[in-house]
Amino acid sequence: MYTTELNDKNKKPAVTPLSAEDPEKLAAFEARVAADDFIEPKDWMPEAYRKTLIRQISQHAHSEIVGMLPEGNWITRAPSLRRKQVLLAKVQDEGGHGLYLYAAAETLGTSRDEMIEALHSGRAKYSTIFNYPTLTWADIGAIGWLVDGAAIMNQVPLQRTSYGPYARAMVRICKEESFHQRQGYEIMMTLAAGSPEQKRMAQDALDRWWWPSLMMFGPPDDNSPNSAQSIRWRIKRETNDQLRQKFVDVTVPQAEAIGLKVPDPDLQWSEERGSYDFGAVDWEEFYAVVRGEGPVAKERMQARVSAWEDGRWVREAALAHAEKRRGARMAAE
Amino acid sequence: MTMSKEWPLWEVFVRAKNGLSHRHVGSVHAADEKMAIEAARDTYKRRMEGISLWVVPSAAITASDPGEAEALFAPAVDKVYRHPTFYSIPEHIKNI
Repeated sequence: MYTTELNDKNKKPAVTPLSAEDPEKLAAFEARVAADDFIEPKDWMPEAYRKTLIRQISQHAHSEIVGMLPEGNWITRAPSLRRKQVLLAKVQDEGGHGLYLYAAAETLGTSRDEMIEALHSGRAKYSTIFNYPTLTWADIGAIGWLVDGAAIMNQVPLQRTSYGPYARAMVRICKEESFHQRQGYEIMMTLAAGSPEQKRMAQDALDRWWWPSLMMFGPPDDNSPNSAQSIRWRIKRETNDQLRQKFVDVTVPQAEAIGLKVPDPDLQWSEERGSYDFGAVDWEEFYAVVRGEGPVAKERMQARVSAWEDGRWVREAALAHAEKRRGARMAAE
Repeated sequence: MTMSKEWPLWEVFVRAKNGLSHRHVGSVHAADEKMAIEAARDTYKRRMEGISLWVVPSAAITASDPGEAEALFAPAVDKVYRHPTFYSIPEHIKNI
C-alpha cells in the first residue's frame, strides 16, 4: 500500500532551513544524491532531508498498518476457504510492510513509540484511502486491484530512492505487492463473470473506489509545494500527475477486459497523447478526508488506539519477564 | 498517551541457503532473544527467504564512522601491490 503526500499546506516546518546548513557539506551531499549514490544512516544529511524522510516513511508505515483494518473487516466473512487464506496472508503482508518501514524510519533517529504516538494523536497522517468503508466483498477485490495497483505505481520508482534503508524496504515491499494486486483483480474478474447481482456488486465497488484511488497520488503538481525539492533529493522520483496518468493508462483496459465501466464520463483515449484523458478529481473531498473527515476516520483511529492500549499489558509483561530471566541468569553466573 | 519503555531493537540476519553467509535484512523490536527470532521469522521470512536466522541486539553493534572513512579505508587504495595485476609477467610464462 502507499501513503499520499499529505503536507499541511499552511504549516511552517520547524527545521533548520537549508540556508543554515554547512555549505560545503550540503554541496557534497547534493552532489552525491544527484549522482544516484545512496545515503546511509550514519552519513551527514541536511536536517530538512531527515525530517522530510521521517515524515514520508512514517506516514507510509502508518498507511500500511491502518490499511489492515478495512481488509481485516472481511477475513471472517470471506466467501471461501481459499479466499480467506489469501486475505489473511495479504493482511499479514501489510503488517510486515508497516514494520519494514517503521524500522527504516527509526534509522533516522525517531523511535517507534514516537511515531505511534504521532499517529494516535492525529499529528501524523496516513493514506486517505483507508478512511472509506469496505461495504461488500467486492470492495476487497477493488482494494487489491486499484489501491494496491496505485501503490505499485508509486512504489516501484521508490526502490531507487536516495535513502538506503528506505530503498531496501521498498524492494522487499514491491516483491510482495504484485500478489496483492493479482488476487484483487481475480476477485473482480470472478464477480464480473458471475450472476447479474455479482456483476453489479463489482461495478459498484469500482464506482466507489475509482476516484479515491486516483487521489492516492496526491494533489496535482501545481499544488504540490515540496515536489521539486523531493525530486531533487530522489525521495520522490516521478510527479503526482505523471504517476496518476500511468495508473489510468494501465487500469482502464483492465476494467474493460472484464466488462466493467470506469465511472468517469470524460474518460477517453487521446490518439495525440497516446494516453487517456480523464475528468477532474474532486480535490475538496480529498482535503476534507486529509483533515480527518473521511467516512470512517474516527473508527479507524479508535481501532488503532484500542489495539495499542489493550496490548500494553502484554508489552509490559514480556519486558518484565525478559528482565527477570536476565537477572536470574546473571545471578547463576 | 503515556509512554512506557520500548522493547529493545534487534538486527536480523538471514542465511538464504547453506553455503551462503548470513546477510542483514532489517530489524525488529522484541523483549528477548526468543521473541526476536519469532518476530524476525514473521517479518522477514514469509516467503522462504532463508533457512537460518540470527538476531543481534542493535546496541551490541559498533559501526565505523563515515566521517573517518578516508582514514580507515584510503590507505588500501595506495597499496596496489596487493593486487595480482601489479606484477608484470611475460606472456609466455603459463599457469601463473
